[in-house]
Amino acid sequence: MEQTMLSMKNISKAFNGIEVLKSVDFSVEKGEVHALMGGNGAGKSTLMKILTGVYTADGGDVFIEGKPVTINDMKDARANKISMIFQEFSLIPTLTVAENIFLTREAKTSLGLLNDKECVEKTRDLLKELEVDINPNELVGNLGVGYWQMTEIAKALSQEAKILIMDEPTSSLTKNETEILFKFINKLKRKGISIIYISHRMDEIFEICDRITILRDGKNMVTENCKDIPLETVIQHIVGAEMDKAFEWQERSYPHGSNPILEVKNLASGSRVNDISFKLYPGEILGIAGLMGSGRSEVARSIFGIDPIDSGEVFIKGEKQSIKNPTDAISAGLALIPEDRRVQGLVLAHSVKENMILPILSKLKKGPFVDDRKAIELSNELVKKLNIKTDNIYKTTSLLSGGNQQKIVLAKWLANDPDVLILDEPTIGVDIGAKTEIIDIIRELADSGKSILVISSELPELLAVSDRVIVLHDGRVVKELNRKEIQAEEELQHAIQGY
Amino acid sequence: MLSKDIKMKDPINAAPYKSGKTFDWRDYIVYIAFVGVLVYFSISLFDEGFLSSQNLMNIFRQTAMISIMAVAMTFVISTGEIDLSVGSITALASLTTALAIQAGFGLFGGVVVGLGTGILIGLINGLLITKVAIPSFLVTLGMMGIVRGLAMWSTNTAPVPILDQNFNFFFGSGDLGPIPILLVWTFVFALVGHILLRKTSFGRQTLATGGNESAAKFSGVKTAKVKLMVFIGTGLAAGFAGILYAGRMQAGRYTFGEGDELSVIAAVILGGTALAGGVGTVVGTVIGSLMIGTINNGLIIMGLDVSQQMIVRGLIIILAVAIGRKTIKR
Repeated sequence: MEQTMLSMKNISKAFNGIEVLKSVDFSVEKGEVHALMGGNGAGKSTLMKILTGVYTADGGDVFIEGKPVTINDMKDARANKISMIFQEFSLIPTLTVAENIFLTREAKTSLGLLNDKECVEKTRDLLKELEVDINPNELVGNLGVGYWQMTEIAKALSQEAKILIMDEPTSSLTKNETEILFKFINKLKRKGISIIYISHRMDEIFEICDRITILRDGKNMVTENCKDIPLETVIQHIVGAEMDKAFEWQERSYPHGSNPILEVKNLASGSRVNDISFKLYPGEILGIAGLMGSGRSEVARSIFGIDPIDSGEVFIKGEKQSIKNPTDAISAGLALIPEDRRVQGLVLAHSVKENMILPILSKLKKGPFVDDRKAIELSNELVKKLNIKTDNIYKTTSLLSGGNQQKIVLAKWLANDPDVLILDEPTIGVDIGAKTEIIDIIRELADSGKSILVISSELPELLAVSDRVIVLHDGRVVKELNRKEIQAEEELQHAIQGY
Repeated sequence: MLSKDIKMKDPINAAPYKSGKTFDWRDYIVYIAFVGVLVYFSISLFDEGFLSSQNLMNIFRQTAMISIMAVAMTFVISTGEIDLSVGSITALASLTTALAIQAGFGLFGGVVVGLGTGILIGLINGLLITKVAIPSFLVTLGMMGIVRGLAMWSTNTAPVPILDQNFNFFFGSGDLGPIPILLVWTFVFALVGHILLRKTSFGRQTLATGGNESAAKFSGVKTAKVKLMVFIGTGLAAGFAGILYAGRMQAGRYTFGEGDELSVIAAVILGGTALAGGVGTVVGTVIGSLMIGTINNGLIIMGLDVSQQMIVRGLIIILAVAIGRKTIKR
C-alpha cells in the first residue's frame, strides 16, 4: 500500500465567482478504500466530477501513478483507469449481463458479426475471477440492486479500471446485500484496485474504509486513518462549529389523552403484513423498526389505502374506517410521506409553490379558480416555518438539495393540516445538517399536537424522536419498547435482529 | 411494455439472480395468436378455400409492404422512438419512381429515385429528432402531412402509370415459380433485419439506446447516430414499399399507404417489440404483420364489410397485446 495511485493537488474550482473548491489536496493509495465525506455543498461531487472529466478544474494538478494527466471528458477518465460506479444509470436493463459488460466492445466473428459466445465466456471468466455468482445470460433487469452494482464494477474492471468511485453504493441495498458488497470490495482491495467511497453512513465507513477525507465549504478539513479518528471528530468536521445534539433523546411532555387517535387491529395485507396491531395517541411519536422486508413500509401503505387490506380494522378517533385509496386516507386526516421522495413525493419539474399546494388545491379555490394570492401566502409561510433554503417559492424543486426537497414534501402535507403523519424513512439520502433539522421539525410537530408514525432503518434517528418503538418481524409486532426503557442503540438493534 | 415491466420490478425483492433467461409463454403470444387465427380460419373457411395455395400466396402479397416497413419500424421502436411518416412516404416514393420511369430513367433509375425519396425524408426526420431535439412523434406526425401533401401536389392528384413490364414484374405482380416475388422481397428484408438486430453491434446499440439512453451514452454508444440511422432505415423501407405498391398497381398514386403507419406499428407491437424501447424482435414483427394480413384476408372471405373488418381487427390487436402484458394493474 505504499504506492500512490491517484493524487489531486491544489484543486480549485469556482462557479460564477463562487469558490466551491479551495485548493483541495486528495490522494488515494493503491488498494485503498478511501472515504470521502462532507455535507451537501461541501464540494465532494464537484471534486469527483473534476476527476471524471465532467468539469475542468480552474487550478491544480491530477497525477495518476505519479504521472500528470489531463482529464477533459469521460473518455480521458476511462483511459486513465478511472471509473465511476453509478447506482442505476449505466446499465441497460433489457440487455443481459454479458451484453452490458461488452457493449460497444463486443467480440466479433470473422464475418464481422457479434460473437456472443465469446462475450459470454469472457464474462464468465471475469465474474469467476471476481468470485461473483451471476449468470452472464441473465437480463440485468432481473438482477437485485446489489448484483446490478457488481455487474457495473465488473464492467469497469473489464475496461482495466484501477480507480473506482462509488457514490452511496449501499443506499438501496439490504443489510445482506451490503455485506456481500463489502466482501466484494475487500476482494477488489486485494487485487490492488483503489476505491473512493462516498457515503453519509458512518458505520459503513468505519467498517470498510482505510482512510477518510472530510470536505467542508470546499476545503479539505482532515485526512486521517479511519481507526485513528473517533466518530465525534468526524461529525464535528462535517457539521462544523456547533456540535450537534440533535440525535440525543430529548425528554418531552406530550398531552397523550387516553383515547388513541389511530388504532390498528390485526391488520393483514399481501404477503408482507400478517398481523399488526398498535395504538397511536395524540401528540405521540411512534417509531416503527424492523429489517428490510419486515413489513415496515407496507404497513403504512395499507393503512393509507395504497395496498388493499385483506383483513383487520383501522380506527381513527374511535371510528372504524374503510380506507380504499389515498383520497379516503387524506380526508380521514392521514398523511403519508413516502420513502422515495423523488418518485413518490414530489413533482420535480414543478416549483416549490406548486408542489406545496397540490394536495390542497380544492381548499384554495375561489370560484372555479385557484386563489393564487392565498397560495403564495401559504407557501411563503411554510418555507419560513420549515426553514427551506430556496431563492423563492417559484424555484423548480429539482434544483434544491435532498434535505430541502424532503422539507417540501413535509410542507406539502402540513398544508393539509392532518392529524396523523406517517413518515417513511424521512431522512434517507439527506446530509447530516438537514437531518438534524428534519428531526427538529418532527419534534415540533408532535409538540404542536400532531401524532406521528416514523418508519426508519436508521436507529439513532428512531431513538432520537420516538416516544415508543414497535419492532416488526415477518409482518407481525414482536416487541414494543418505551423509549425510556431503551438504554442504548444496541438494545434496539438486538430487538430487531433477535428474531 | 416489456422493458417497463422489468424496470418496475422491485429490485430488493427480486431474486439475486435466476438461472438464465426464464421462459414465459407471454413472450410468444404472437405465435400462439397467429396459430390460433390460422386454425380458426382454416376450419371455418375451409369450404371457401382459405387454405388454397393461391389464397395463402395472396396473403403474402397483401402483407409484403406492411412487413417490410415493419421490419424497419422494429428498429425505430426498439430505440424508444416512433415513425408515423412511413405511409405517406410510400405514396410519394411510388410517384417519384413512376415519374422517373416515365422520364426514361429506366427500371434501375426508377428504383434509385424511389429509394432516394425515402432515404431523404428519413434523413430529415432523423436530423430534426437528433439535432433539433423535437420528439419523433411530432416530427413524423408533421412529416406525415407534408409528404402526403407533396405527393398530391406533385401530379395534381393524378396517378402516373408505369408501362415498364420488367419493373412491374420484379417489384409487383411477378412470380418465381410458385413463389410471388413480393414474398421474396419480404424474406430478404426480414433476413437482413434479423441479422442486423441480433448479430451486429449496430443492433445491440439500437436495443441499448432504447433500454436506457443515458446508460448507453455512458457506455460509449453514439445514441444520436443510432437514432439517425434507424430513421433513415424506415425511410428506405417505406421508399421500397412505395416501389412495390407502384409495381403491383402498375402506377404511382398519392393514395398509397394511407393508414399503413398504424398497421405497421401494430404489427411491431404485436410481435413483441416494446413500445418503450429496449426489446425488439424482427421475427416477431413479421409474424405480427402476417397475422394482421391473415385476419384481413379471412374477414374479407367471411364476407364482412370494411367497417366490420376494422372493428374486429382492432379488437384482436387489443386482446393480443392485453394477454401479452406481464403485469396487470390492480
